[in-house]
Amino acid sequence: MRKIPNYIEGYGKVTPFSGAFSDMGAKKVIGVEITPKAPGESKLVASIEEFFKKYPPFDGMTLSFHHHLRNGDSVLNAVFSELEKYPVKEITLVASSLFPVHAPLVKWIEQERLVKIYTNYMSGPVAKAVSQGKLKYPVVMQTHGGRARAIEVGEITIDFAFIASPSCDAYGNINGVNGKSACGALGYAHVDAEYGRHVVAITDNLVSYPNTPIEIFQHRVDSVIVVESIGNPAGIVSGTTKITKDPLGLKIAKMAAKVIEHSGYLKEGFSFQTGAGGTSLAVAKEVKELMLSKGIKGSFASGGITGYMVDMLRMGLFQTLFDVQCFDLDAINSMKENPAHQRMSASLYGNPHCKGAIVNNLDIVILGATEIDTQFNVNVTTASNGMIMGGSGGHSDTAAGAKLTIIVTNLIKARLPIVKECVTTITTPGESVDVVVTERGIAVNPKHSELIEKLKKVGLPLFTIEELKDMAYAISGKPARVDFEERVVGIVEYRDGSVIDVIYPMKG
Amino acid sequence: MRGLQRSFLFVPGNNPGMVQTADLFESDVVIFDLEDAVAPSEKDSARILLSEAFKRFNYQNCETMVRVNSADTHYFDKDIPVVATLGVDYILLPKATVEDIKRLEAYLDKLESPLGIFAIIESSIALEKAFDIATASVRMRGLLLGGEDLTADLGVVRTKEGLEIQYARNRVAVACKAAGIVAIDTPYTDVVDESYLVTDIEEGKRFAMMAKASISPRHIDSIHSVYAPSEKEVVYAYRVLSAMKQAQAKGLGVFSLDGKMIDSPIVKRAERIFALAKKIGLQVTGVEYDA
Repeated sequence: MRKIPNYIEGYGKVTPFSGAFSDMGAKKVIGVEITPKAPGESKLVASIEEFFKKYPPFDGMTLSFHHHLRNGDSVLNAVFSELEKYPVKEITLVASSLFPVHAPLVKWIEQERLVKIYTNYMSGPVAKAVSQGKLKYPVVMQTHGGRARAIEVGEITIDFAFIASPSCDAYGNINGVNGKSACGALGYAHVDAEYGRHVVAITDNLVSYPNTPIEIFQHRVDSVIVVESIGNPAGIVSGTTKITKDPLGLKIAKMAAKVIEHSGYLKEGFSFQTGAGGTSLAVAKEVKELMLSKGIKGSFASGGITGYMVDMLRMGLFQTLFDVQCFDLDAINSMKENPAHQRMSASLYGNPHCKGAIVNNLDIVILGATEIDTQFNVNVTTASNGMIMGGSGGHSDTAAGAKLTIIVTNLIKARLPIVKECVTTITTPGESVDVVVTERGIAVNPKHSELIEKLKKVGLPLFTIEELKDMAYAISGKPARVDFEERVVGIVEYRDGSVIDVIYPMKG
Repeated sequence: MRGLQRSFLFVPGNNPGMVQTADLFESDVVIFDLEDAVAPSEKDSARILLSEAFKRFNYQNCETMVRVNSADTHYFDKDIPVVATLGVDYILLPKATVEDIKRLEAYLDKLESPLGIFAIIESSIALEKAFDIATASVRMRGLLLGGEDLTADLGVVRTKEGLEIQYARNRVAVACKAAGIVAIDTPYTDVVDESYLVTDIEEGKRFAMMAKASISPRHIDSIHSVYAPSEKEVVYAYRVLSAMKQAQAKGLGVFSLDGKMIDSPIVKRAERIFALAKKIGLQVTGVEYDA
């Protein structure tokens, strides 16, 4: 069936995935080499150009970036643009996510100067180039928690960590809530700041010392570079995030809410996470109404945070929010003003090898799927033709931690069956998926016989996952077999660092 | 829900995605449209799409009908033979006149099709002749008020408050009641501002409409909740029917409840409300459906 090699060039020995919590032995966090700063020493550097003059780039170096500026990010491109002046090669990029805006990297890949990428999500031209096999070594697709873990235990060593900083003082105290490029929480950047050998704050908003509030503190930061702009606000946050108007999405959301209502997990003190997608937000709306009508108050909501969750916090429906990343202006403003809206780092959020991540305390999580198979394995990494168009992000982390993981998806999108015999790429293992809700029916992982009984009693349209697949195939037809090439272009790393799948390019 | 006729959802007949999912929104009746939602250049492909869709999907959760193009267009003669073989329950004729209904009836008789007919009342002359249209054929099953075209014909502005169609609502509803067929209210057409949706549905019901058409699946829930009988109505219906049973057991022909004589229209109304409540599974304290 699925061919996962024992050894992959440029990656090394492969530890195959063997269960979500199979590797829970003692772990060692690395010590990182740092250069102390004496009183009076300045951290300010006039420009990226000056920075590389002072700290020359070298062959084989590893650079890291966070993705809080999303498709509005200018920092990664600015750094690589400056690097063009140097004949450096064999570069490794550790970017928490890559977006279409990062298209200039394609040139670096084609010139074989950028040879290795670690990321948690990617879409656009870079993803396309990697999927076509243009990157020298396979891309390593990690989870948000898995990235933090890999850096903490030294599987990845960062030489230069560039931290886009919406607000920063001259001594490197950073926050993301102020300035023209405000993006809110900086959860993904913490691990880079703590474990990077040389940590560089790049800001377009230098404030007087000390910056207030501080999310990343000065004792982690080596240099501060001031630039004209770190990003395009239009690509950083949306003004508002909106609930879907798509009637199918709304129908799915309603059914998901019914599952939640009767699952036994919707009770005083429960915790909840949902994405920023239209259907996920529609589920949040339904859950909110259930909480109001039943007089239930939750303990926390977590994840990337939207204005919708902020409203629920304001209404007293949750005690607190754990926010790794803000999706809209409401979330940023709430984080600024409300102490109950708390920040969390990616490690605190989802690292499986820390002393207990927030996902371990999650009761219910709502997630999406590009494909889901009859073993409940979920793909959010590639399209059915193997083209990378996403990645786990926090998908596998939350699914592993939550007591009830609900996948909401259309049974068929356009002409493609979403529930199928075998997913093209496994991102999240079926063992951590509990329920899938589609417009034509619901399937519960057979390991939850009690939940099946509960949901049957309230008349929800329950089917086996095979039946859902058959329904999909009856409409779309059985998908034709896709032939893939032999050479691996991507490695899907599970959150614990084992390899759950590999990505091959489609033939032709 | 199949068998109830509270909601009638329009679905463009040339949209594969919507045709495929038409029965997922719990509308009691789905109207596949070949008329206004389909551009002239798309008429053929819409007919082909519907033919293929009905081979593959059985639409078992709802009743189905097709809105054909009006009898004064050249599409009409192409539409009818196709629709007659699809396996839908009804045909919906726009811009209907008594003559059109007779022509359609003859056409369906010739094709030996069992299709029932609904007609749209959307001009001043059709409104004046509503009862004649409602009784123009034994195949007649209902009238749908087309508020947009009617107000255009009248030269008045269509408003959210809908005062301009009060008379039309009432006139169509009365004609249907008199003819013993279903009166369907005009759809709420603003898909951006839905703030008047519930008021609009309630207005139709107030003027004796029995159902509402819809152009958005998102409106179906609201239609069902307005057209669901109230708890008070269900309790009263239950008491009427229980009292009737007791009277029958005693061999009484007439009976009274709360000091009021219960006659046949009240019993009929009670039976209709009770059947509807039972079908949609309304939980009402003190009411047992199986008794």
